[in-house]
Amino acid sequence: MKFVKNATAGSLESNDIRVMVMENENAGIEIELESVVEKQFGKQIRKVIIETLEKLQIDNVKIIATDKGALDYTIKARVACAVYRACDIEEDFKWEVFN
Amino acid sequence: MERLRRTMMFVPGNNPAMIKDAGIYGADSLMFDLEDAVAISEKDSARFLVHNAIKTLNYGDTELVVRINGLDTPFGRNDIEAAVRAGVDVIRLPKTETKEDILAVEAVIEEVERKIGREVGSTRMMAAIEGAMGVINAYSIASASKRLVAIALGAEDYVTNLKTKRYPDGMELMGARSQIVIAARAAGIYALDTVYSDVDNEEGFKREVELIKQLGFDGKSVINPKQIKPVHEIYAPTAQEIRKSSDIVSAARAAQKEGLGVISLNGKMIDKPIIERAERLLQLAKAVGLYKEGMENEE
Amino acid sequence: MRNSIGREIPENIIMDRKLYEGEFSMNSTVAKAAPVIKPVNPGESKLLDNIEEAIVKCGLKDGMTISFHHHFREGDYIQNMVIDAIAKLGIKNLTLASSSLGSVHKPLIKHIKDGVITRITSSGLRGALAEEISKGLMEEPVIIRSHGGRARAIEAGDIKIDVAFLGAPSADVYGNASGTGGVGNCGSLGYAKIDALYANKVVILTDYLVDFPNMPASILQTNVDYVVKIDKIGDPAGIASGATRYTKNPKELLIAEYASKAIVKSGYFKDGFSFQTGTGGSTLAVSRFLRDEMIKEGIKADFALGGITKQMVEMHEEGLIKHIFDVQDFDLVAVESIGKNPMHHEIDSSMYANPHNRGCIANKLDVVVLSALEIDTDYNVNVMTGSDGVLRGASGGHCDTAACAKLTMILSPIIRGRIPCIVDSVNTVITPGDSIDVLVTEIGIAINPKREDLIERFKNVNIPQFTIQELKNKVESIVGVPDNIEYDEKVVAIVEYRDGSIIDVVRKVK
Repeated sequence: MKFVKNATAGSLESNDIRVMVMENENAGIEIELESVVEKQFGKQIRKVIIETLEKLQIDNVKIIATDKGALDYTIKARVACAVYRACDIEEDFKWEVFN
Repeated sequence: MERLRRTMMFVPGNNPAMIKDAGIYGADSLMFDLEDAVAISEKDSARFLVHNAIKTLNYGDTELVVRINGLDTPFGRNDIEAAVRAGVDVIRLPKTETKEDILAVEAVIEEVERKIGREVGSTRMMAAIEGAMGVINAYSIASASKRLVAIALGAEDYVTNLKTKRYPDGMELMGARSQIVIAARAAGIYALDTVYSDVDNEEGFKREVELIKQLGFDGKSVINPKQIKPVHEIYAPTAQEIRKSSDIVSAARAAQKEGLGVISLNGKMIDKPIIERAERLLQLAKAVGLYKEGMENEE
Repeated sequence: MRNSIGREIPENIIMDRKLYEGEFSMNSTVAKAAPVIKPVNPGESKLLDNIEEAIVKCGLKDGMTISFHHHFREGDYIQNMVIDAIAKLGIKNLTLASSSLGSVHKPLIKHIKDGVITRITSSGLRGALAEEISKGLMEEPVIIRSHGGRARAIEAGDIKIDVAFLGAPSADVYGNASGTGGVGNCGSLGYAKIDALYANKVVILTDYLVDFPNMPASILQTNVDYVVKIDKIGDPAGIASGATRYTKNPKELLIAEYASKAIVKSGYFKDGFSFQTGTGGSTLAVSRFLRDEMIKEGIKADFALGGITKQMVEMHEEGLIKHIFDVQDFDLVAVESIGKNPMHHEIDSSMYANPHNRGCIANKLDVVVLSALEIDTDYNVNVMTGSDGVLRGASGGHCDTAACAKLTMILSPIIRGRIPCIVDSVNTVITPGDSIDVLVTEIGIAINPKREDLIERFKNVNIPQFTIQELKNKVESIVGVPDNIEYDEKVVAIVEYRDGSIIDVVRKVK
């Protein structure tokens, strides 16, 4: 999958996470995370974002995320949505990402 | 016996906070809305969110319903796929007008079920009737598919279609309500009433619930947790009704045990519809904690 | 060294203090302290021109202890004004013994940095001040005391107040001060009354001077040295709201409904019972459901206790509650009631909850409904620090009422956002698990295993019941397992139990 634009998914509402997806000039997955539960769940949130990206077979990406206490299911959904938007894909999603 | 559907709570599909808590309020069904509650630009994100919520979160015994966008929109197909893959119990169609609408959605559902190896027919359906044409075709819609469990009234669009508006006494909905109940019963499925938007008007809400119960509806759509308890209370049987039903069911079981063909109670013959109604009533009573198996109810 | 509930207390903190050993482990006699006062002769005036004059006349010097009450809540102007004036006079190294501190006391940060205030004791810490203290602003740890604990400490001389600066909505020139009759009325002056009895010097600050004698008075002239008239004691909107509203939040209402049902089935719900609720959220909404049950069953309460709101007053006025014992008012309906209803009694914090007098009113409490930021699997409750370890709450009357009441209920959702409310071990223990009987959440209740009688009673009650372990596991299945908060060695606050022993410490967040 190729990025054709930057894209955002999610919101700043309580229990949500806003995920912005863009090309990474450097290689690899780069995550900038600001979270209201950084101390308690910062590690876990980053892990979920990375796992979701890996399942989508995205190796090079920059993620800017603002988290307001989103649960894992929300993080996965928002990351996947942002990635598909960035790739302008509207069909044939990889539903296994959510397994 | 089929499950209770006294209350179906609408949950906006793009709202993680509401999705996560939706199950705690005791509604019989939860309807995750991908249609009217979600802006066009967010249809995709709501779809992913609801799919993953249904897959991941534990809603206990609550029936899970997804209201998809119609197949006449760019979103309908993907919505169906997301819902079926997630393991949803029921897919609800908006604005159903003809039985062809049902068949078209059913075809897509079946396609996805086969693709993913989900038991064909396991995804049920529900149709919302929101216009004059739908009311006219109510029976044909209600009997269009074995998957259908209920038809529901969507009043807002309906009254607009009729060129009137909603009034407190609901007279403008009489025709639709009666037709929907009649069609549902003829087809052997449930009838569900429309939402009541004025959440702060508790008296008005209760009056409407009393009315639709009288008309024969099995339940009502609710949009706020505080509407759940009043519906369950109004649908709860009285102690006398419970006692009578308990007697009937006991008599039926006793007769069955002894292999008797005819069941009688107090000298009167009781046949199948009466027994079924009694079982139904006990089910309602159990749900609000008014009845336990084997318990003799006393005033 | 560990205390009896397993909390680690550093040796250098313990010093000559006792460690917590149990709710009522301290049972010996207690000697009460007394203030050193300057008699006032006929013809002498107490009225001063300004705050500076009062500070000087009181002989305030470096190293002394000053005190304030928190009846003006987030609308308070007094404390900031007085400490600003003290700072300008170059006085340093003071101990601040406020009954509680809020976000409005942010200016204290500067005074702490400048060395004006070097020690603090308070029930609560909030806002920027609390965050800074959590990050290690102060050399000496803050001592957190409950309302009952503060009264005990003052009466025993653990806190020796040199000067008490007490704001009053109305006062006369001789110092008779009241919580009503002015512009920014607060009703009960329960927390201030103790200071007035035990401080060496008492200054009344009012924006509403009335003719002598200002009777009936909460604080009497015999306990007042000086009176200062100022422009405004505080912002009336912050002091008391117009009327407290019940929450509309469906989750909070669900918890309140379960709580009310649990009270009704507990065996303590009978004619003549007594209760205390909270003043907002679920802990206040309980009274809405309880009221309906009281009417249905024809049950009346002998008294209600605590922070008082419109809801309590209405139940009192419709005959459902016989007496109200009021240590603090939250809205103008309550303020009006304390002024006019003869069975609505103002009480001081000692009468409210001091464990070392001859019987506080909390001793007679049947049911108390309290909140929690966190509760652990031993039922210990934290209302002081967030799940991130930062100070943000108040001890209040929590451990006092929890220890004394026959039925102590904690109301809390299982999760707030993504933050678990049920954990293995709370960040800070304010109230020990021994005091807690039932936890009520939005999915059901958990009964402390020590209460076998309640467990038996609830066997056939139609409320979902869990062990607290089961609730914690549910929480983890939803949010995941949180990482532990990392702390520094440095202790920023000592949590003193109501009897003066150390129940926990708060460490600096990394």
